Amino acid sequence: MLSVKDLSVAFRTRKGQVDAVRGISFDLAPGETLGIVGESGSGKSVTSYALMRILDAGGRISQGDVSWNGRDLRAASESAMRQVRGREISMIFQNPRAALNPIRKVGHQIEDVLRQHGRATRANAHEKAIEALEAVKIRDAAGRYHAYPFELSGGMCQRVVIALALACGPKLMIADEPTTGLDITTQKAVMDLMGDLIRERGMSAIVITHDLGLAAEYCDRLAVMKDGQIVETGASGDLFANPRHPYTRKLVDATPRPGVNIRDLLPPEIRTPDLPHDVGGRALLEVVDLVKIYPGKSGPVHAVKGINFTIREGQSVGLVGESGCGKSTTSSMLVRLLDPTSGAVVFDGHEIGGIPAERFLRDARRGQIQMVFQDATDSLNPRHNAFDSIAEPLRRLGALRGAALRARVRELAHLTGLPEHLLSRYPHQLSGGQKARVGIARAIALDPKFLILDEPTAALDVSIQAVVLNLLADLRARLGMTYLFVSHDLNVVRLLCDHVIVMQDGQIVEQGPTAAVMDAPTHPYTRELLNSAPKPPAPPAAALTNAAE
Amino acid sequence: MSDLAPTQTSNGMLTHLGHILRENPVTALSFGLFAFFVGQALVGQWLVPYDPLATNAAQALQPPSAAHWFGTDQLGRDVFSRVVVATRLDLTISVLAVAISFVFGSVLGAIAGYWGGWLDAVLNRILDTIMAFPLFVLAMGIVAALGNTIENIIYATAIINIPFYARVVRAEVNIRREAGFALAARLSGNSHLRTLAFHIFPNALPPMMVQVSLNMGWAILNAAGLSFVGLGVRPPTPEWGIMVAEGANYIISGHWWVALFPGMWLMLAVFTFNLMGDGLRDLVDPRRRT
Amino acid sequence: MATRWLPILWRLVQTIPVVIGVVIISFLLTRALPGDPAVQFAGQMATPESIEQVRAALGLDKSLPQQFLIYCQALLQGDLGQSVATGRPVLTDLATRLPASLELTLTSLLLSCLIAIPLGVLAAVRQGSWVDHLCRVLVTAGVSLPTFFTGILLIYIFYYLLGWAPSPLGRLDFVYFDPPRVTGFFLIDSLLDGDLRTFTGAAKQLALPAITLALFTLAPIARMTRAAMLTALSSDYIRTACAAGLTPRKVLFGYAFRNALLPVVTTLGMVFSFVLGANVLVEKVFAWPGIGSYAVEALVQSDYAAVQGFVLAMALLFVLINLIIDLSYALIDPRIGFSSK
Repeated sequence: MLSVKDLSVAFRTRKGQVDAVRGISFDLAPGETLGIVGESGSGKSVTSYALMRILDAGGRISQGDVSWNGRDLRAASESAMRQVRGREISMIFQNPRAALNPIRKVGHQIEDVLRQHGRATRANAHEKAIEALEAVKIRDAAGRYHAYPFELSGGMCQRVVIALALACGPKLMIADEPTTGLDITTQKAVMDLMGDLIRERGMSAIVITHDLGLAAEYCDRLAVMKDGQIVETGASGDLFANPRHPYTRKLVDATPRPGVNIRDLLPPEIRTPDLPHDVGGRALLEVVDLVKIYPGKSGPVHAVKGINFTIREGQSVGLVGESGCGKSTTSSMLVRLLDPTSGAVVFDGHEIGGIPAERFLRDARRGQIQMVFQDATDSLNPRHNAFDSIAEPLRRLGALRGAALRARVRELAHLTGLPEHLLSRYPHQLSGGQKARVGIARAIALDPKFLILDEPTAALDVSIQAVVLNLLADLRARLGMTYLFVSHDLNVVRLLCDHVIVMQDGQIVEQGPTAAVMDAPTHPYTRELLNSAPKPPAPPAAALTNAAE
Repeated sequence: MSDLAPTQTSNGMLTHLGHILRENPVTALSFGLFAFFVGQALVGQWLVPYDPLATNAAQALQPPSAAHWFGTDQLGRDVFSRVVVATRLDLTISVLAVAISFVFGSVLGAIAGYWGGWLDAVLNRILDTIMAFPLFVLAMGIVAALGNTIENIIYATAIINIPFYARVVRAEVNIRREAGFALAARLSGNSHLRTLAFHIFPNALPPMMVQVSLNMGWAILNAAGLSFVGLGVRPPTPEWGIMVAEGANYIISGHWWVALFPGMWLMLAVFTFNLMGDGLRDLVDPRRRT
Repeated sequence: MATRWLPILWRLVQTIPVVIGVVIISFLLTRALPGDPAVQFAGQMATPESIEQVRAALGLDKSLPQQFLIYCQALLQGDLGQSVATGRPVLTDLATRLPASLELTLTSLLLSCLIAIPLGVLAAVRQGSWVDHLCRVLVTAGVSLPTFFTGILLIYIFYYLLGWAPSPLGRLDFVYFDPPRVTGFFLIDSLLDGDLRTFTGAAKQLALPAITLALFTLAPIARMTRAAMLTALSSDYIRTACAAGLTPRKVLFGYAFRNALLPVVTTLGMVFSFVLGANVLVEKVFAWPGIGSYAVEALVQSDYAAVQGFVLAMALLFVLINLIIDLSYALIDPRIGFSSK
């Protein structure tokens, strides 16, 4: 039904022509769902834009054929393409809130599409738009018709985008990273809805994603892309069980999933033996009745509603929850950037929660509690090179200068696997993985006892995430640090943590040893989270190593 | 800044400048023009062929010639000499005014942007009040009230420009207040003030530079405009605005050169500053370094 | 439904401190003007006693706060004081001259919007083409133009060299009679009167000063339109609209342009401030009998009531304009509190 042959896409840039897609071919049968998987820059999104002929300025199809039900889409006129777009092939995008016109009612946006393709008249457009909203299971569709995108949640916006895409009954739907930026339970709801609708209507679909696990769960067939080329195509289960191309193997290995050890994420040739870390019996951090209330415009907001937990020396604790559950507020309070409204934070036997954040800066314990931030790009000062970023805490709190400072920074670079010649580079000259290393080197510069890791790998590609997670595991063992690992990704938490805390609405709903919580959750919310996480099929490699930690 | 090689950094700045100039011909042109004006301001008064204040009734209103490149005015003064000598005064006014508004605007904007709350609200209301006046009108009022001196022109120009800087800095600081690198700086033992001054504020510089270059243009226009309506520099001091004002009386009788040349110079100076914006931003933006 | 009006109310409340600030600043500015108003009012034949009498009559012998109170009381009654130069109440002077200034300002703004917005849109749609380069050159040259100099240049070319324009002296050549005053706008009044001859005369007279001002405002509007259109066109929702097969027309005007309009409207407020300031210079160049030239004369003569009235009128006019802009912004953009949830 859709046949792509030897398709190449080129972009004109200041530095000459860049080939984003280089000669890819694939076919799609009616009713089939194809997943295109790849890391950032692999050309997977560009492929989909090329199919729809909506490439950005400067981009063009340089060679190849796109045949849709026997029609040549590459040669089709622009007005013929407009008949195809939305009516025969439609598309949904990542970041659903931005994908909708912010100043037009969602109902009107659906009407625009319906009327463009002659599926509705002025008289019945309203009614048909509401039908389209109902089709994606939006409750109170008549009311939502009048809503603006900013009044809807991310998941709801994505439903509207799906409604818009399906309004004219297309035969093929292309979903470009449809759940990026959505919470894990919302992701599941959106994907399930999409899957159901595709099946009910007998449509074909192309799902473009960086998440191999997600793709495997929802697609019949997968195509793995790297550097603008498809390196391997195969049925989802097969591809996981028996990856033939080395890159596919690397991706499959690096995808966190139940039943594997943290070392299994790495390619076999660089796997090192697991370093055990000792969990002591002494409590390093005790959190007692911690509360944070923000003054909000419409009344106070209770971000954290009285939580209690203890972290023992050497222990790695995962703090899990969806956006808005209070996990970031909690970590800000523990790292003493934010003053709690009430409650106590006992660190190493002393109450520190009551010390105002501004005064804690000069406290001797400032260097003992450090943090690795979520977005490596955002967390490095664009005006400081890697050396200065790592040296900052050493200069301010460690009082190191001159040769001693340089030696220590080099030592830290070595420890975190950052090549020494990169120290003079600015953040924009470093890759995502290198920036993550700089962030980690800065955080451990003062030999902290307690390190808070705030989704340190959320913005990284999965193969780099694998490396960074292993680096963190190594450092923990070598330096004897205690971790609080804040994350939304249960599969990652399972790999790194001994103990897990699940938060919802500012409260802890469940906590306990990782294995116990993950394998036999008692709270319904924990069960829902676990259910929502994509479950990639276990590769054969997992059987070889011992999964128990 | 780096402990690695402090001397390399200053060299790096020069190479960086060279790189920027080579990369963008418009930037190179604007920096060249700027050097031209700065040169005039520094040594112009010793190079001009005539005393800018010397009158010569016999030579009044002569069109441009080999002896008087830009012609002479109604009092027989050499327009070319006056135009060149006026550069120093006009540049001084605009540079000082912009410097003052840059400093005050930055401090106010940074404080409001970082701490927010009532400070922010109060500052916003004050800025609103200043901005509520058509700015040139406010400048007229200030100069009229404080008296016709060059210092007062500078203050007036500075005051009307402060809101622009305060707004830009406030917005830039505000979006970086909770940025990862600002929080990391706090964890490294920097107080709020240090974090603001050494980590957040420098990152607001690139967009500020565009504002600075636009403002330099406005400042010159503003000063010239004040002189034009009789509220700025007083004759017979050579100043572009006054010269245009004086020349305006003779344009209807066809003596175009008296107003045209100072006007052109003024325009060219403003044009230079406006063109420099992107270049200045690239200069302070580390991301442009390779 | 009540919440719908809350943001409007809040915006109105926010103007109160600004208006108070404006009144205070204009009061302080004029008190600092050089010269003794009592001496001026008393006239040339004044004796020290009569000057003291005038001073007492004007309330100038009281303390500054007291004077301010008196000033505010008078303000509330619509009394802006007497102009020394014209001998008439300032309010009357301003009222007769304001339409001239507004006619000039609004015509030039309209002119510049009609040119700048399409130019900015074209430059954004054909980014990198000759239209884009033309736009950039015009924009940079436009902001570099000193209005008083452009005005003089235009007079030289179109009046002295070409003879196309009438002599640059005021709103209407002496061969015409002023149209009967209805709105104070000559263009409108002459049309209401059915007098096309006067209308053409007024339009000719208005052309050069309006073009001068329009040239000055072209730059910021075109630049902002281009930038806003580029932002809008690269947004995700444009891609969604394209992928849904909407026509380029619908995408461009229905989706991109409406979103781009928001920052442009904000810029208009800023531009208005520039125009009101530049007005003063242009009115002087073209001997336009508006409030700008009135203010210049008043300032030079330290006519403090007139200056005060002018500054206050300008500021209040500008506050009003900004209020209208903010409210219309809120009407276009549903995110600003108008959500009818």
